[in-house]
Amino acid sequence: MAEWKMLTLVGEDRSGIVARLTDALFRGGWNLGEASMIRLGGNFTIMMMISGSGDVQPVVEPVAQEMGLHLHIDEISGGLHQHLVPNVQVRVTGADRAGIVAQVTGVLAESGFNILELESDVAGSASKPVYIMNIQGYADTTLEAIEAALNELGDIDVSVSSIETLIG
Amino acid sequence: MAVLEILTIPDERLKRVSQPVEVFDDELRAFIDDLEETRLDGPAAVGIAAPQVGREQRILIMDVSNTRKPVPNHGYLVLINPEITHWDGYEMGREGCLSVPDYTGNVIRATHIKVKAQDPHGQPLEYEMEGYEARALQHEMDHLDGMLFIDRVVSRRTDLFRRKVYQKGGKG
Repeated sequence: MAEWKMLTLVGEDRSGIVARLTDALFRGGWNLGEASMIRLGGNFTIMMMISGSGDVQPVVEPVAQEMGLHLHIDEISGGLHQHLVPNVQVRVTGADRAGIVAQVTGVLAESGFNILELESDVAGSASKPVYIMNIQGYADTTLEAIEAALNELGDIDVSVSSIETLIG
Repeated sequence: MAVLEILTIPDERLKRVSQPVEVFDDELRAFIDDLEETRLDGPAAVGIAAPQVGREQRILIMDVSNTRKPVPNHGYLVLINPEITHWDGYEMGREGCLSVPDYTGNVIRATHIKVKAQDPHGQPLEYEMEGYEARALQHEMDHLDGMLFIDRVVSRRTDLFRRKVYQKGGKG
């Protein structure tokens, strides 16, 4: 059974980061698993599962140095093929103010809602920012129960909908 | 009746374009029975297309009448030589596939379609479909053209912020 590590790399975005990193891993005999990479605020962020044997630090460190990335390596339990398919989607949008995420996710946590993916962004302009958040997760409770709980929040615009994953 | 073997990626046969059905005989109808038995055998699939079991003909089965939340639907449908004659609107939804185990992704599909097809006896059929049923049809018809949903997956960053199913605040 493969043992997995989680690589985390963050640094100022520039072209070639992914190519350099994955080339080094490939040459070092490391396999890639699930990964998430995205540009956030001008930084490029990478979270990547890798498996292989030996010490990966000497393989990745030169690339991190060269590309100006912070590197973090964790041993992790778990592995591939452990997907949970989301069944509820929550969208939040509105004027940016402190506490939106904490309040919404607090209510979701109390409802037994497990967040599988969360993306948020600030749209609009510097003088008139608009906060947009999109959450997909899994809950055994009904949509109505989640709606009712979010209803207590008052001024935040939230929409809850079911995700019916089509298998065909 | 028999459960047929489902082809999974990266099987090259899934990329082939299927041929129209020209003979509507008992052999065809027996195959459709097997195809339905195959659909019902695995994970809860709302549809299946003939090329998924290696028969490269324009045949599909779909049935979205059993979703968690009921959606507009025409029940159990066998569509042969289907053609979409009209489509409108678009939205993103999550899809998976019997031929792509352990993966789901977001795909943009038309929300309203009209489809012409033939039944297992060659008689003409015509339906208007919306939402989830329209999505299922587009997913299955893709199989007939050698396409899989993974050829159409988009990032959730591409989200369309479509209509709100439930709204609190603002609109009261």
